[in-house]
Amino acid sequence: MSTVVSARARAVVALGVSLACRPADAHLNATGMGPIYDGLMHFLTSPEDLVPALAVALLAGLRGAAYGRRAIFTLPGAWLLGILCGLSVAAANTAMLGAGIWFLVLGGLVLTDAKLSLGAMTALAALVGLVHGYFNGTGMGLSAQSVVAALGLSAAVFVLVVLAAALVVTLRAYWARIAVRVAGSWIAASGLLMLGWSVRAS
Amino acid sequence: MKTRLPRPSALAVALMATLWAQTAGAHLLKGEASGFLTGFLHPIFGMDHVLAMVAVGLWGAQLGAPAIWVLPVAFPLVMATGGVLGFLGVPIPGVEYGIAASAIMLGAAVAFELRPPIVVAGLLVGFFAVFHGHAHGTELPPGQSALLYSMGFVIATGCLHALGIGIGTVHRWSWGQKLLLASGTLVAAGGVFFLWKAVA
Repeated sequence: MSTVVSARARAVVALGVSLACRPADAHLNATGMGPIYDGLMHFLTSPEDLVPALAVALLAGLRGAAYGRRAIFTLPGAWLLGILCGLSVAAANTAMLGAGIWFLVLGGLVLTDAKLSLGAMTALAALVGLVHGYFNGTGMGLSAQSVVAALGLSAAVFVLVVLAAALVVTLRAYWARIAVRVAGSWIAASGLLMLGWSVRAS
Repeated sequence: MKTRLPRPSALAVALMATLWAQTAGAHLLKGEASGFLTGFLHPIFGMDHVLAMVAVGLWGAQLGAPAIWVLPVAFPLVMATGGVLGFLGVPIPGVEYGIAASAIMLGAAVAFELRPPIVVAGLLVGFFAVFHGHAHGTELPPGQSALLYSMGFVIATGCLHALGIGIGTVHRWSWGQKLLLASGTLVAAGGVFFLWKAVA
């Protein structure tokens, strides 16, 4: 039996929900949502980590499903391992120079639709994950919460790579694949600018 | 059965929801949005840059594949190189003249529907991109987030190219070809204006 909610009742419910809503505080690190979300948000709000992971996903997606499958496990796994290695190192190191080089190299590979072998793709994903994870880990400090945050961060990497690689794998239209390569050129150009900036700042 | 909310109730709900809305604070980290926005708005609020970048897209669309994507890919990369030179304080003489000349040359290329080899077209676009990048690099406001500024700046440039390509798709129709010729003439005229401003 279907019941029809009256318009007035719906209005009252909508008004109640509107009045009762709290600040969203979406994506802020100060939410106190727990270490797993802190790790997740750190990744999603840090373009120096997000963009290289996205670039690896795009590159793997352009090469095909086998490459995508390899990247979705290698990159987050290596990232987690890198964080765990970096946790015991106290000094934070987030050099702009390093980020610029990653942007330039990975963006260039996407732009040129580089025909990497599966082994080379795996090694590249592992290297990106280990390096970025390590520098993330050095900024976290060794504690139980950091390990949980590392899991959140790696989960975010996994989700991003799955979504982006899967999207690109399904692209068949010529212009769509070109659009992915254009995105690579944007990443490379941003990296080039960051390199110049870091040289000027040093 | 389909029921419709009475208009006064709907208005009341909308009004209350609007008045009661809290700050979302989505995606903002302190100082970061300003870096991205500053970079994104920099090319868009400079009409001389806009003319040249849209003209790159128009010309690419006129020339068809592979120029339609080679030119918009070459421009940001070479422009970034010019930006690095600007960051490092390496002087390039006549930057403003170069920017104005880029609008004149690229506008003329669209207006006359020039069809040089792709290498020549790429070199021409790349040559002028250096001036645009250098201007952006030297005009960078202090204290901005380098990474986000760079990304905003490059993405805005790409969007302007995409706008040009979008407009340029009218090339398939005869009236569209005439529209493109008129657009190219307008871009070139804008370039003459900016050249006159640079000289004066």
